[in-house]
Amino acid sequence: MTASDAGASGVRPAAVSARGWGWRHAGRSSPAVHGLDLDIAPGERVLLLGPSGAGKSTLLHALAGVLGDEGDDADETGSLLIDGVVPRGQRGRSGLMQQDPETQVVLSRLGDDVAFGAENLAVPRDEIWRRVHEALDDVGLRSPDGGLPLDHPTSALSGGQKQRLALAGILAMRPGLILLDEPTANLDPAGVLEVRDAVDRCLDKTGATLVVVEHRVSVWKDVVDRIVVLQPGSAAGSGSTPAVLLDGPPDQVLFEARDMLIGAGVWVPGYVPATRRRMSAGSGDLLLAAEDLAVSRERPRRRGFRTVPPVPVRSGITAQVRSGQALTVTGPNGAGKSTFALTLAGLLAPVAGKVSAAVGLSEGAGIDPFTWKANQLISRIGTVFQEPEHQFVTGRVLDELMFGPRHLGHGEERVDELLERLRLTHLVDANPYTLSGGEKRRLSVATVLAARPRVLVLDEPTFGQDANTWAELASFLSELLDAGTSVVSVTHDQEFSAVLGGAELRLGPAARGGARQEAGAA
Amino acid sequence: MRDALTLRGNHALLTRANPLAKFAVVFLITLVLALSIDWVSATTALVAELALFPLAGLTLRLLWQRGWPLVIAAALGGWSTAIVAADSGAVLLNVGIWSISEGSLRLGIGFMLRGLAIALPAILLMTCTDPTDLADALAQKARLPHRFVLGTLAAMRLVGLMAEEWQTIGMARRARGVGSQGSPLQRLRATLGQSFGLLVQAIRRASRLAITMEARGFGTGQRTWARESTYSPLDAWVLVGGVLIAAAAVVAAAGMGTWNFVWR
Repeated sequence: MTASDAGASGVRPAAVSARGWGWRHAGRSSPAVHGLDLDIAPGERVLLLGPSGAGKSTLLHALAGVLGDEGDDADETGSLLIDGVVPRGQRGRSGLMQQDPETQVVLSRLGDDVAFGAENLAVPRDEIWRRVHEALDDVGLRSPDGGLPLDHPTSALSGGQKQRLALAGILAMRPGLILLDEPTANLDPAGVLEVRDAVDRCLDKTGATLVVVEHRVSVWKDVVDRIVVLQPGSAAGSGSTPAVLLDGPPDQVLFEARDMLIGAGVWVPGYVPATRRRMSAGSGDLLLAAEDLAVSRERPRRRGFRTVPPVPVRSGITAQVRSGQALTVTGPNGAGKSTFALTLAGLLAPVAGKVSAAVGLSEGAGIDPFTWKANQLISRIGTVFQEPEHQFVTGRVLDELMFGPRHLGHGEERVDELLERLRLTHLVDANPYTLSGGEKRRLSVATVLAARPRVLVLDEPTFGQDANTWAELASFLSELLDAGTSVVSVTHDQEFSAVLGGAELRLGPAARGGARQEAGAA
Repeated sequence: MRDALTLRGNHALLTRANPLAKFAVVFLITLVLALSIDWVSATTALVAELALFPLAGLTLRLLWQRGWPLVIAAALGGWSTAIVAADSGAVLLNVGIWSISEGSLRLGIGFMLRGLAIALPAILLMTCTDPTDLADALAQKARLPHRFVLGTLAAMRLVGLMAEEWQTIGMARRARGVGSQGSPLQRLRATLGQSFGLLVQAIRRASRLAITMEARGFGTGQRTWARESTYSPLDAWVLVGGVLIAAAAVVAAAGMGTWNFVWR
C-alpha cells in the first residue's frame, strides 16, 4: 500500500466482516470461537468483552493474520475478512499490540524499533524515517521541545513507554485496523492512562478502525463507540446461541447487561465488588522491621579483584510489619517497591541497613530473614510473586499445594481447607501451567499459605485479575488478617488496600536521593 | 547484560567503520597468530593492538572490567605451559615434579602473549560495534538471509531478559521452599527445576515476540532497510591497518628467527 490510495493521514480505515467464523486450536477438542457473525464498519471503535475462554485473543490474532501456523490439526470454519480479503495475505493492513510490554519491543534502539514494521513492508527509506518521526510524535515519545533521542535504548523504557513505542511501530505501518489485546493489563495506573490517551489521539488523527480487548471497561468506555460481548466458544458450539451475546453503544450495553457482565467478572464502571469487612484491628505485635534499608536487585559485582556494591534503587526505608495488620507499599514505577518487598521477605540481601525479625516470628531462626534456610523461611514469611508461573514447582495442582507441608513434615491437613476455600477442588489433577489467569493467582496464594507463614508478602496480587478473583482474594486476605497473619502488599490498587486497611508506605519518585521514608497510617 | 547490547556513548573513530571490515581484520590477525607459537609475533601484534585502544574507545580499565577472565586465563595458560613443557636450557625453578627452565619459560610467555593477542581483537571489535549495525552489515553486505539475522538480533534482546528472569525464578522458588542447600543431588534437582521454569518462560516470551514480529509484517517478501550499511574510506584504512599488523607480526618473527609453524 502506498500513501496515495488513502486519506491525508495515509490511512485507509478497514472494514471487518465475520460470517459463521470459528477456530479450533490444534490439539483442542472444542473451538475457541464458533459461529461468529460480526460486522465492523471502517473507522468504528469496538471494545470486545467476554469471560476468559470466549476466544477474544484468538479473534484478534486471526485479524492480525498471525493465526494458522499450527499445522493441519487446527480447524477454521466460516469466513473472516478484512475489506473482503482474508487477513493472512494482507501484511501491514492491521497492527497488533499484546499484553506483555517486553515482547512488544523488537530492536534495541528506539528509532530502529519503530522502523521495523515499515521496513518489512518495503517502504522506501526516506519515507520510513518520515513516518518514524511522525509516529514518535503522535505517541508522545518525541516532541518538538525534546523527548527521547532516536538511539535511546529501548530496554530503558518503562512499561507504559514500551507500549507507546509498540503503538508507534504499528502506526508507522499505516494500518487501517488497530488491534489491542489487553494492552494495559501489566501497567500501573499512570501507564494505563498514558497508553489509552495515546491510542485515542492516534485514532482521532488517522481514523483507523479499533478493536480492543480489555476487562477494565472504565478505561476504554469513552474511547470506543461500540461494545461487543462474546460468549465462550464451547457454549456457542453446543447450542444454537450465537457467539455474540450483546452488541451496541457502550452505555446501552452496560445498562442492559450490567448484572451479566458483573457475574462474568468484568470490571463495570462504578462498580466495586462486595468484599468481607475487617472485624478486628489485630494484636499489633511487631513481627518484622526494616531499618534505614537500602535495596537493589543487583548483587555485588566483581570488577577484576574488587567487589563493587550495587547502586541502591531506593534507600533510607523504615517500616514495621505487625501481627494482624496490613502494610501497603505504594509509589510510582521504578520506586523500588517490589525490590523492597523482596528484601523484606528475606529473598534479597539488603545493600545497607537491616531487616530484623522479632522473636515472635523468628522462633530461633536468627534475626536476618535472608540468612534463613528455605524451610525456615516458608513457615515464617510467605511471598506471592506477581507472575504465578514463576512459583510453580510441580506438574499437578494437588502436588503443588502439598509441596510446602511435605517439606516441612506437617500441615498437610490444611491443604483440603485451602482447596475448598479458594475453589480449586475440581482442579486437583490439572497441570498448574494450564489454568486460567484467575485460577493461577488463587493457586499461587494457596501454595504459599499451605506452609502457614505468619507474614504474607504479595507483589501486585490484583494485576490483570477479573472482578470475581479480585473480590475473592481481597475477602480471603481480610479473613487471614483477622486471624492474626500480617499482610504486606505492593499494589497500585487503592480499592484493594482499602479492604485490607492498615498502614501505607509510600516510596517516592525514583530519585537517587535517599530521603527518609516513613510508614504513616492510611 | 542488557547494557552490553548498546554502545552507550562510545563515539570513538572505529565505531564508524563498517562491522564487516572490522570483522575481516579480526579474522586475519587471529589466523596469522594461530600459525606460529613464538613470542615475537605475538608481542608485535599485542603492541599494535594496544595502540588501537583509543581508536576503539577501549581503556585498560574497561578491558580489565569486561575481559578479566580472559586476561587471567591467558596468564594461567602461560604458567601451566611453563611448568609442563619439556625442559631445555638452564633450570630456573624445580619443585618436585614441576620445573621451569629457560626454554619452557620462553614457551610459556609466548603462549600467554599469544592468548592475549588473539583475544584482544575480538574484545576491540565488540567494544566498537553495535549489534544492530553488525546485523545490518551481515544482511545487506554479506547477503546473509535477513530472516535469520534479524531473528537472531531480536532473540539476543530476550537473552538479557532471561538473565533477569533466572534471578526472579530463583527467588520465587526459594519462597516456595526450594533451597540451594542440601546434598549435591538435591541442589542439582533444584537447579534442573529452575531451568525448567526458565525454559517455560523463554518459550512463552519467544512465541509472543514471534507474533509481534509477524504482525509487523516480518517474514516473507522483500524488505527495505531504514539504515543503509555502507563502506567508507575509513573501511579501507581499517583493512590496510589489519594487513599491516598481521604482516608486521610475521616479518618481525621471521627476522628474529623465532617464527615456527605450529604443525612443525
